[in-house]
Amino acid sequence: MLDYRLSDELEALRKTVEQFAREVVAPRAAEYDERKEFPYDIVRQMAEMGLFGLPFPEEYGGMGGDYFALCLAIEELARADSSVAITLEAGVSLGAMPVYRFGTEEQRREWLPRLASGEALGAFGLTEPGGGSDAGATATRAVLDGDEWVINGTKSFITNSGTNITRLVTVTAVTGESDGRKEISSIMVPVPTEGFAVAKDYSKVGWHASDTHEITFTDVRVPSANLLGRRGRGYANFLSILDEGRIAIAALATGLAQACVDECVKYAKERHAFGRPIGSNQAIAFKIADMEMKAHMSRLAYYRAAEKMLRGEPFKKEAAIAKLYSSEAAVDNAREATQIHGGYGFMNEFPVARHWRDSKILEIGEGTSEVQRMLIARELGL
Amino acid sequence: MNIVVCVKQVPDTATERKLRPDDKTIDREAAEGVINEICEYAVEEALRLKEAHGGEVTVLTMGPSKATDTIRKALAMGADKAVHLVDDALHGSDGLQTSYALAQVLKKIGFDVVILGSESTDARMGTLAAMLAERLDAPQLSLANKVEIDGSTIRIQRLTDYGFDRVEASLPAVVSVVEKINEPRYPSFKGIMAAKKKPVETLSVADAEIDAAKVGLASAATEVVDFAVAPPRAAGTIVKDEGDGGVKVAEFLASKKFV
Repeated sequence: MLDYRLSDELEALRKTVEQFAREVVAPRAAEYDERKEFPYDIVRQMAEMGLFGLPFPEEYGGMGGDYFALCLAIEELARADSSVAITLEAGVSLGAMPVYRFGTEEQRREWLPRLASGEALGAFGLTEPGGGSDAGATATRAVLDGDEWVINGTKSFITNSGTNITRLVTVTAVTGESDGRKEISSIMVPVPTEGFAVAKDYSKVGWHASDTHEITFTDVRVPSANLLGRRGRGYANFLSILDEGRIAIAALATGLAQACVDECVKYAKERHAFGRPIGSNQAIAFKIADMEMKAHMSRLAYYRAAEKMLRGEPFKKEAAIAKLYSSEAAVDNAREATQIHGGYGFMNEFPVARHWRDSKILEIGEGTSEVQRMLIARELGL
Repeated sequence: MNIVVCVKQVPDTATERKLRPDDKTIDREAAEGVINEICEYAVEEALRLKEAHGGEVTVLTMGPSKATDTIRKALAMGADKAVHLVDDALHGSDGLQTSYALAQVLKKIGFDVVILGSESTDARMGTLAAMLAERLDAPQLSLANKVEIDGSTIRIQRLTDYGFDRVEASLPAVVSVVEKINEPRYPSFKGIMAAKKKPVETLSVADAEIDAAKVGLASAATEVVDFAVAPPRAAGTIVKDEGDGGVKVAEFLASKKFV
């Protein structure tokens, strides 16, 4: 039986985060964007609400919710500010989730309470200067020296890697070779650690209030017990983390797409041209109708992918579809929203200009649109 | 300490609110019901008092069955249990009658402190705390922006136009709070989940020993005689500066007695 209604509890969560996003996040989004500053006070309030612990059981300091609850929170935050939403997404689904999914009981007990409470932020280092989508091209190496891993290499575009509450960076590294193929493993690096360095901020097109850095490992030594998951499973494990992450990114994209609709509905009623509201022109009204359709379809797509995932069914294809569709919807909606706002749409003081700058990365991060098409085609046996 | 916080569900101020044409009461079906904003501050203050002094926070509301949403919100923030006074006989009750009905419940459940928001966004009477205190024969500490309890003494700062008054009374007492008092917390998901399992006692007029003849629209002391939709705001006056803009603006302000 189909049922897309949210339970009372999930609806209460959604409303709470919506209210928080409207009252706390939105009023300051432009300011943090302009100053390219990480919003520590907002992140602290998100932590107090338990958002970083949403999908984890209470025994690890979590809220006892699930991955879908996290997605709902991300969508609502993204309606106000993508930077804040990606901070939560990366912190939970990339920073903490691998520890929960693949960590030993000891590793979970050591790290999850801190990460779930939002007191500490986690990051995930996969992409390198020489390879993004091609994760198999990993050049970072880790060598066992006695009972320590010695790590050397560089990782690019790592979200949450340089904040002053970042305490964990999990990194993929080549740990050997078998049958002529690289053996890739994941290793947890506590921060700060000698030899771990964070490069200065990137100059990004959008996501200005999100913390993104290149990070380098120079003879970084960590205990051999910091191996996360089985040796040689690092790549496979992270691919599964990325499958889930696509649903969360789809939720974020849905939030941005919806924010564009909301702004345009308001503006098209207020803004007059030739003696009437611009929304009374079909050229404008139809654009907004199409935008609403895309936001709606994006939401259905990520709900469906999350549902399959939570049922324990294969969800790779649905996650790729949700991520691909919603990120393109976000870019389309942001472009149209900017157009509807005319000259004001090009001014940073209008939220749609920020949404426009924040949208493009959605077609790139956590698997480009091309990678999503590749995944879908592969699932079809092509 | 037994802390009771009174909350009210009101039509969302962000939506178009209406009165019912038949009996001129608020149309609670037309708009989404939300917790009255200032009530969130009252709940927050109740929770802080509990955190400081121990005890239990009980949420009390009078309203139709859909007011359960508002109760759940207060429980999700951290209140321990709730009492919901719900009965068709209460429909259309005015301030006097509401204070009588709530006082009956409060006498029944007992309290050390009753905390309320200073007014609701629907009726905007702002009189309930005073009426309740009178009916309960308890001191009233109104418009508090700070509350302290020390043994059986309660002290507040009452916000005034010129600053604040320090007011002191002994418990049990009735306190109304203003928005400056605190920053209400947002419920966590754990709180939302826990709220589902917290006890909510539903009372009818008979359960609360309320005389049904003394509540409801028919016996209300006040009556809404007529109402009209507020006229749309008139367009502003545009003063074109032709060298005398400053003078014109000053004249305008003087004509409105601003200067």
